[in-house]
Amino acid sequence: MGVWPYLAAGWILLVALYGMVTSRNLIHAIGCLAVAQSSTYVLLLAVGYRDHGTAPVFSDLEPGSRPLVDPIVQALVLTDIVVGATVTALLLALTIQLRKRHGTVDPQALTGLKG
Amino acid sequence: MSVATLLPVAVAIPLLGAALLAVTGRVLPRVGCDVLATAVAAADIVCLALLWPHTRGVAVVRLGGWPADVGVVLAADRLGAGLALLAACLVLAVLGYSWRYFDEPAGERSGVFPAMVLVFEAGMVGFALTGDLFNAFVFFELMGAAAYALTGYRIEDPRPLQGALTFGIVTSFAAYCSLLGIGLLYARTGQLGLAAMGRGLAAHRTDLLVVLAFVLVVTAMLVKAAVMPFHFWLPDAHAVAPTPVCMLLSGVMVELGVYGIGRVYWTVFSGAGGVAHDAFRHTFVALGVLTALLGAVMCWKQRHLKRMLAFSTIGHVGLFVAGVAMLTPASTAGIALYVAAHGCAKAALFGLTGVLLDRFGSVDEHGLFGRARDVPWIGALFVAGALALAGLPPFGTGLGKALAEDAAGHAYPWLPAVYVATSALTGGAVLRAALRVFWGAGKEPHSHPDEAQTTGEGEQPETHDPRRRPPPMMIAVPAVLLAACLTLGCLPAVAHALAGGARTFTDPAAYRAAVLGPAGAVPHAGGPLVPSAWTGSGVLLGTVSALAAVLFACLAAFRPRALPHRLSRTVRTCVNGLRRLHSGHLGDYLAWLASGVAVLCAALAGQG
Repeated sequence: MGVWPYLAAGWILLVALYGMVTSRNLIHAIGCLAVAQSSTYVLLLAVGYRDHGTAPVFSDLEPGSRPLVDPIVQALVLTDIVVGATVTALLLALTIQLRKRHGTVDPQALTGLKG
Repeated sequence: MSVATLLPVAVAIPLLGAALLAVTGRVLPRVGCDVLATAVAAADIVCLALLWPHTRGVAVVRLGGWPADVGVVLAADRLGAGLALLAACLVLAVLGYSWRYFDEPAGERSGVFPAMVLVFEAGMVGFALTGDLFNAFVFFELMGAAAYALTGYRIEDPRPLQGALTFGIVTSFAAYCSLLGIGLLYARTGQLGLAAMGRGLAAHRTDLLVVLAFVLVVTAMLVKAAVMPFHFWLPDAHAVAPTPVCMLLSGVMVELGVYGIGRVYWTVFSGAGGVAHDAFRHTFVALGVLTALLGAVMCWKQRHLKRMLAFSTIGHVGLFVAGVAMLTPASTAGIALYVAAHGCAKAALFGLTGVLLDRFGSVDEHGLFGRARDVPWIGALFVAGALALAGLPPFGTGLGKALAEDAAGHAYPWLPAVYVATSALTGGAVLRAALRVFWGAGKEPHSHPDEAQTTGEGEQPETHDPRRRPPPMMIAVPAVLLAACLTLGCLPAVAHALAGGARTFTDPAAYRAAVLGPAGAVPHAGGPLVPSAWTGSGVLLGTVSALAAVLFACLAAFRPRALPHRLSRTVRTCVNGLRRLHSGHLGDYLAWLASGVAVLCAALAGQG
């Protein structure tokens, strides 16, 4: 696969950053945060990829018979997904509450704190 | 008890306590929840205190019995364990402080606040004690998620939600950057343990991948430590979080970011194949100095008391970063003591601000002018806290500052001036507020309506019936914290122990040997002794900065137009420009974060 997945991960991160910087809607911004997180999935899985490797599941596989992809990065991605789901849910809940109290989800309309 | 029990248990106690509280909080009365939470926090302090004697070198536990280059390790040296202990002590203080703080109807939610504080504690203790980079990321996110939830705890008001959202989005984005960096490091070394990564990097030469990985990994810690230009979330979050939460955020969580930078640099990147010492030192001293000056100036210009304290934290964090970046055991020892004493003093000041909010429903310096005349003893505590911030001997902040200044003066003769200026300005701002609020000193200040700033008026009081007398715990806890700050400076044993810890902290070979070597081997650090006592110049500089703080405060209160007109206009234009940068817009803050990452990459790659 070469260098492409790494470039893709970087691109996804930058796209997400652009989306968050220019966002006019907090739900959109939190969606962009999830996109930024998916760049970490791409990078981690690319790190552990091996050509012609198979999934590291040994139930029907004789150890040593075939190359395997790295299971550690897959475990990292799973942990990352759990962490991300928690944070995203919490931020969305805060946004719902903000909509109720403030009547807007536009981050640029929130001017209560400055200076 | 042995290290193998104490280390994991120190992380597990608050987690289990939180789970217990979440379950039993529905049926227990309010008092039962508070007692349970306080008992859990006290148990964790006992556990960490029992661990302390084992941390003369590096105490290591391999979880699940796996060898260190395969499994996850917990590793405690004296600075990590000390920071965990500071976090645990502040958590206990916060739980005691908030006994009578939130007036919530007992019932389903009475266990929620202490349970979240305990989860927060588990994240902080775990982050300070882990020896594995991915584990550090998980604890970082645990600490973060608890902190966002606690910041937005008063979900009935709009402003806490705004602060919590900015905090959450910016910190989470930075954490994902950090995870990208961890992925790159794993690709280079095939390891996730800090010690094994450091050993793995030595097999290659430094290239752009290593620099990029370093910058990405420290991005999350720079954001947590609120180093300029990654700091914008902090004043917003601290201005709106409930006061007990501010005590934790400012007292120890921000400092954990500084600790993370030091830990990751020393254990992973300080050797061959990492980032050169000179490149790191120049870059991070520059970052620290800029952060310190920005924090001090912005602190001086605030009228919202919590925001003022938040910017004072940024100023001090700049000093901490510059001290850690000196890369000497002496400066590290000074900063360790400075962090501990600053945590106590800052938490005490936030606690006292909480009393004002409780009584008057405002944290605005101008609006509170002279209104707290009837509680001068709270004002006396406030003044003591301000002088502690300014580094007056024999407060622990003064000793830590003196040791750090001494060490900094050897490498950069101008750096002690930054230490003195920052502590004088931040202490002076708090002192000025105390003079105005508690004694009505000088003329009543007028504000310019066109200035872009957050006032502290119209804050929701966090308790619903303004009592005539502040609850005794809300006074006792800040008083005890200030006494602790004083004790840290007066007990030579504390500074001496931290000096020994700093020698181990700055010795990556000892860390590597302890983690990767045969189980049970705990090497002692060698090397020259680290100074840990008051010196004449230290006392002098501490007194100078405290006197300067008093002078600034009196000038501001009694002679607000002391500067010549033209000079004051230039200064005001510059400062107003600085303030307009803190626009409160999420997009601006993220753009600053991205540019900070780019500049850091360029600076480190250019010197490498």
